[in-house]
Amino acid sequence: MDFALTEGQEMLRKSARNFLEKECPKTLVREMERNDKGYSPELWKKIAGLGWMGMALPEKYGGMGGDFLDLVFLLEEMGRALVPGPFISSVVHCGLAILEAGTEEQKLKFLPKLANGEIILALAFTEPSAGYGADDIEITAISDGDDYVINGIKLFVNNAHVADYLLCVTRTGSSASPEDGISLFLVDSTTAGLSTALLETIAEDKQCEVVFKNVRVPKENMLGKLDEGWPLVEKIFAYGAVAECAQMVGGAQKVLEMTIQYASERVQFGRPIGSFQAVQHTLANMVPDIDSSRYMTWEAAWRISQNLPHNMEVSVAKAWTSEAYRRVCSSGHQIHGAIGFSLDHDMQLYFRRAKEAELAFGDAGIHKDIITRYIDQSPLA
Amino acid sequence: MEFSFTPKEQAFRRELHDYLQSEVPEWFAGIFALPEGEHDKVWEFTTQFARKLAKKGLLIRSWPKEYGGQEATHMEQLILAEEMAYFDEPRGSHYLGANWVGPVIMAFGTEEQKRKHLPAIANAEVLWCQGFSEPNAGSDLASLKTQATVDGDEYIINGQKIWTSYADHAGWCLIGVRTDTAAPKHKGITYLLMDMKTPGITVHPIRSIFGLHFCEVFLDNVRVPTQNTLGERNRGWYVMMQSMEYERGGYIKYARCQRTLDEIVKYVKETSVKGKLLIDDPLIRNKLADMAIGIRAVRALTHHMYWMQSQRLTAGYHPSVVKMASSEFDQNFTNIAMQILGLYGRLSKDSKYTRLKGRIVREYIWSREGTVAGGTSEIQRNVIASGLGLPKE
Repeated sequence: MDFALTEGQEMLRKSARNFLEKECPKTLVREMERNDKGYSPELWKKIAGLGWMGMALPEKYGGMGGDFLDLVFLLEEMGRALVPGPFISSVVHCGLAILEAGTEEQKLKFLPKLANGEIILALAFTEPSAGYGADDIEITAISDGDDYVINGIKLFVNNAHVADYLLCVTRTGSSASPEDGISLFLVDSTTAGLSTALLETIAEDKQCEVVFKNVRVPKENMLGKLDEGWPLVEKIFAYGAVAECAQMVGGAQKVLEMTIQYASERVQFGRPIGSFQAVQHTLANMVPDIDSSRYMTWEAAWRISQNLPHNMEVSVAKAWTSEAYRRVCSSGHQIHGAIGFSLDHDMQLYFRRAKEAELAFGDAGIHKDIITRYIDQSPLA
Repeated sequence: MEFSFTPKEQAFRRELHDYLQSEVPEWFAGIFALPEGEHDKVWEFTTQFARKLAKKGLLIRSWPKEYGGQEATHMEQLILAEEMAYFDEPRGSHYLGANWVGPVIMAFGTEEQKRKHLPAIANAEVLWCQGFSEPNAGSDLASLKTQATVDGDEYIINGQKIWTSYADHAGWCLIGVRTDTAAPKHKGITYLLMDMKTPGITVHPIRSIFGLHFCEVFLDNVRVPTQNTLGERNRGWYVMMQSMEYERGGYIKYARCQRTLDEIVKYVKETSVKGKLLIDDPLIRNKLADMAIGIRAVRALTHHMYWMQSQRLTAGYHPSVVKMASSEFDQNFTNIAMQILGLYGRLSKDSKYTRLKGRIVREYIWSREGTVAGGTSEIQRNVIASGLGLPKE
């Protein structure tokens, strides 16, 4: 049992925090909310230059040779700074999937370009049924000569509008079990028949509707095996859920610090409001929420990095952290009073993102359902 | 970063778990919230079982060998605490000596005090209690008034303590007394090791919803040698706070909750209502998930606390975080468990129709204590707020 970070991980955290404080100020965050593209190409290039995109990729694909846990420390800092853009879509949802299941040819084709920021990928998973189960996948991919032809709609696809490729989860077969017959394809976003529309969301985080109308994708762009793609989807789901947790932990920590500062400076009734016990207790409540979320996120990420069974830990971390971050933001808003509602203030930036992160890759309801399947697993074993 | 136990630690857990499984009788459900008629039987069992554990080196793991420990790691101590909690703490009130009385004597005691008291705790020969609260000094513990005046090489103690757990069984007491009435309240307190057989001590158990767990202790010209001071005269407050830190940081109730959850899961898998198994009810499944999630959240905080202690890192407000989160979760957990039992939840152990041997109603009642004893949740929040650097009035 060891909660210590390595020296390298500590340095990564510190340098990421310093870099983002300078290069991703809240002015940029606000600007990107209004900007259709949703990310700064200049910042994207700088991040690529630091090697962040390839943090968890092997060196032979242009990566830094780290693992998912290293990436999670980075994601905490990105969540703290509210970095806008397709980093997680590209690096976590798609990059790690290609690393997991790609042929050598696919890895060499996509990963080096992903690592140096040259291409952007986005995961097209959810559909109008708005679930993360195999039985939610209705979009079809039908074999036709050297291609598969995809028809259907994907909804809530992060950054599809700026992606060079979409990693699309499709149904290529059906049987009694919905997990059979799932296949994934890397779809060139310029392919005829593919159209993207931005959805306006609470966090202004560039979610899209993507319509596939007879979209042809070459057979060699299938990622993994025909009809056997569901285990890979489950793996991506785990990566995605923990990545959200990491961002939430980073954001929650910032909300705590921001709220302590406000409570220490705001004077009412002749004294700082942080000297009133009710305010102190509200702030104290945030600490176990944030700390427990952090440690459970780390444990889930560590288990994934070590190739250990992790479904229970991932779902527990996501269910808990989703609600914890919401509680922290709720308390943060309460202490800030009216000023926190102003668009010029940062508090509401975190509040809006907290809801988005809560929903992404399963909210507490979805994960509790998963957890009951593993209810016999004791944490004491 | 590492979230698993070593093979040696895992083997220790398995061995301990199997041992407790075979040795702790089925009727035993802990010493807390005991029905009055069961006191003697339960205390008799825990007294002899604690001695049995001590002989096997399973009472206390991480103390130095010279004081009766096994010099095992903090993690083994954690595993021991978890497994003991899972089996409803068959060490009885020896956990008090093991978890914080012993450690505070180790931290502040003279060599003579350590040699006298630590092996006796490690061998389960002596039970301890803690004389802190008074009728007018609860959360404001520093305002305690039990007075100790110096007479040669003895203190003469007069006063009263209340809510003293296990005082009617304890052989010794760690007691906070006022030795300087002129100084500011925190600076006039001394912490003493007091033999409970000393003339002038009267103990009355208090009948409460927790059975006879708490006692009043009356002190009438009780003479305690000055050499029984733990730490320095008038600096007792700081020793008491260290003791509180050990107590709060070592809270391991989530492991007991896991035991309850295991029993509830078995129950809902076997119980049908109107032809449907309870495990198939989505509302029940949701509650089970809430219970499992909360256990792991509290465990995460506690494991981090133990790790900090193993690294000798300054605990800061973390023990208060652990205690506050654990005790409040425990109340939420036991309430959910009661909801699952529905109307059956109200039945006590010996009632006709009782389910799960009345375990849940007892856990539910007992959970009330956690947010008050060892420093109320409000006090814990004050400690945390201070640790966050918030302004004072």
